[in-house]
Amino acid sequence: MMKRVYAKEEVCIGCRLCEVYCAVEHSLSRDIIRAYKYEQPKPEPRVTVEEKEHISFALQCRHCDEPLCVEACITGAMMKDESGRVIHREEKCIGCWTCVLVCPYGAPRRDLSRGKVVKCDLCQSTGREIPACVEMCPNRALVFEER
Amino acid sequence: MKSYILPEFKIKRDNERCIECQVCVRQCAFEVHKVSQDGSIYSENDKCVACERCVTFCPTKALTIEEYEHYIKDNANWTASVQRNIWKQAETGGVLLTGMGNPKPYPIYWDHLLLNASQVTNPSIDPLREPMELRTYLGSKPESLEVEISGGSVRLKTKVSPQLKLEVPIMFSAMSFGAISYNACEALARAATELGTYCNTGEGGLHEKLYKYADHTIVQVASGRFGVHKKYLEKAAALEIKIGQGAKPGIGGHLPGEKVGEEVSRTRMIPVGSDALSPAPHHDIYSIEDLSQLIYSLKEATEYTKPVSVKIAAVHNVAAISSGIARAGADIIAIDGFRGGTGAAPTVIRDNVGIPVELAIAAVDSRLREEGIRNRVSIVAAGGFRSSADVIKAIALGADAVYIATAALVAMGCHVCQKCYTGKCNWGIATQDPKLSKRLNPDIAAERLYNLVAAWAHEISEMLGGMGINAIESLKGNRLHLRAVGLTKEEMDVLGVKVAGAPLS
Repeated sequence: MMKRVYAKEEVCIGCRLCEVYCAVEHSLSRDIIRAYKYEQPKPEPRVTVEEKEHISFALQCRHCDEPLCVEACITGAMMKDESGRVIHREEKCIGCWTCVLVCPYGAPRRDLSRGKVVKCDLCQSTGREIPACVEMCPNRALVFEER
Repeated sequence: MKSYILPEFKIKRDNERCIECQVCVRQCAFEVHKVSQDGSIYSENDKCVACERCVTFCPTKALTIEEYEHYIKDNANWTASVQRNIWKQAETGGVLLTGMGNPKPYPIYWDHLLLNASQVTNPSIDPLREPMELRTYLGSKPESLEVEISGGSVRLKTKVSPQLKLEVPIMFSAMSFGAISYNACEALARAATELGTYCNTGEGGLHEKLYKYADHTIVQVASGRFGVHKKYLEKAAALEIKIGQGAKPGIGGHLPGEKVGEEVSRTRMIPVGSDALSPAPHHDIYSIEDLSQLIYSLKEATEYTKPVSVKIAAVHNVAAISSGIARAGADIIAIDGFRGGTGAAPTVIRDNVGIPVELAIAAVDSRLREEGIRNRVSIVAAGGFRSSADVIKAIALGADAVYIATAALVAMGCHVCQKCYTGKCNWGIATQDPKLSKRLNPDIAAERLYNLVAAWAHEISEMLGGMGINAIESLKGNRLHLRAVGLTKEEMDVLGVKVAGAPLS
């Protein structure tokens, strides 16, 4: 069992602040204004808010038990680590977008400026205990828990 | 017709800070912020209502809303807002509508009343070290109590009328499902339950999902009788007959059909999309005797197990009316002052009809005492309570408890922009739009309400302790603990308070 991020669709307000704070968290400066206004390449969020009419929720990598992206990755950049996270080793990524094609959730995103995939690492790389999207959601529409 | 109305507000965007994340664009239901074709963001000032949603949610605090200062030739009579209202009416021919309570600068008597404290001759009490009783019972109290003592045990012989037990003398005032969102109703019910107090359904009926909070719910029976059925009366701790509302004394209510969706329709028992019109009077109440009939019908229907409250707006003859209500058999009289809020009211009525609740409380309490019937009813004061200080002063003037609503809304996020009647509340409170109402997470809102009332209760304990009083009951109607500053002799006479510095006798 591992903790994952779950969305509470009934209180997601579609503000997309999770995307903003995710991008800032994974930026170089980790300062919102610098990250957005001055950093090159531009910081990319690892979470996407899906929205139709009044229904919205934030979607990020589900860290599947049997991840198709890991199976499909031709360079071994995608791997499942011992804690259960699906991690993406950027140095091995060649930007072939195979993971993007196979992921049933549409979680991996293309960072076109760098020609690499970016995906949620549950903020492991930034040393947070609770992922930024969960902590910063203004309406508690994201939870980080074992289910 | 070319509109002469100029924007009220101006949005300033600090482009040094704006990261173009478009949170403002997504959060504004009034469509103030827009994305242009080249991807840049711009704002249309004339649509802004100053609800501050975008300002609060902007992650870089790049936005500020300012008053749009148009140059209006200096005139104390024909001010910018007077001219704006005239233009609106000249362009529409309609009644000016508004929301929330009276914003005009009438005297706020709370701010002219000061509380007493103990010094030297009587000890003050530290509520953190000694017990402090805020519990209040609302309902009719007997003339006298007879007890039977036998074999070391005491038994109450007098039959006491049903009472509402409040752990804090603060309840949530009537706000209907329809005027406010389901999530707001749920938050109020949950907070009332956790606090050991009550929320009030208003005239919106009670949603089935809220039946579980019945023990902390007061259900209202108003002139439109919306949502009133047997189960509704059963799923309540008390019943309230609404005669009037402080924000709009003498007139009825109107929930526009756009706000009547599936859920509201079922709860109110009216067709989807139909306007819910509450008549100005109850068509079966034209006298105190008629009122008495309804009070006893409701008591009969609930087998005399629940107190019945009658809510009226504070008007000129409030004391005599209250005496009639007490004699008609009500257990509680709720008096709503002219600063009480509303989801929609004609501006001219909200701003010009009714009297301040401070004067009304004092007048009613004095009158009922003079007539020797004060014990028969509890007085609940409503209408614009802003802080624990207002609450404690109301109790010293003679109220048993107070109703808060605007303060509760503000705690949940309301910024008093007064646009409740548009149904576009950006804070998810005064709206039935599913996209907007989900903005109010009932978990967060209930927590904020709980915190507010808990904080006020704490402050009331501190102030009581300072006066050397260890139970809120002992302060009730104890106007010697109040002193006036800056009031006329006549005002002090009505309030029954002495000027600051005057001796005790």
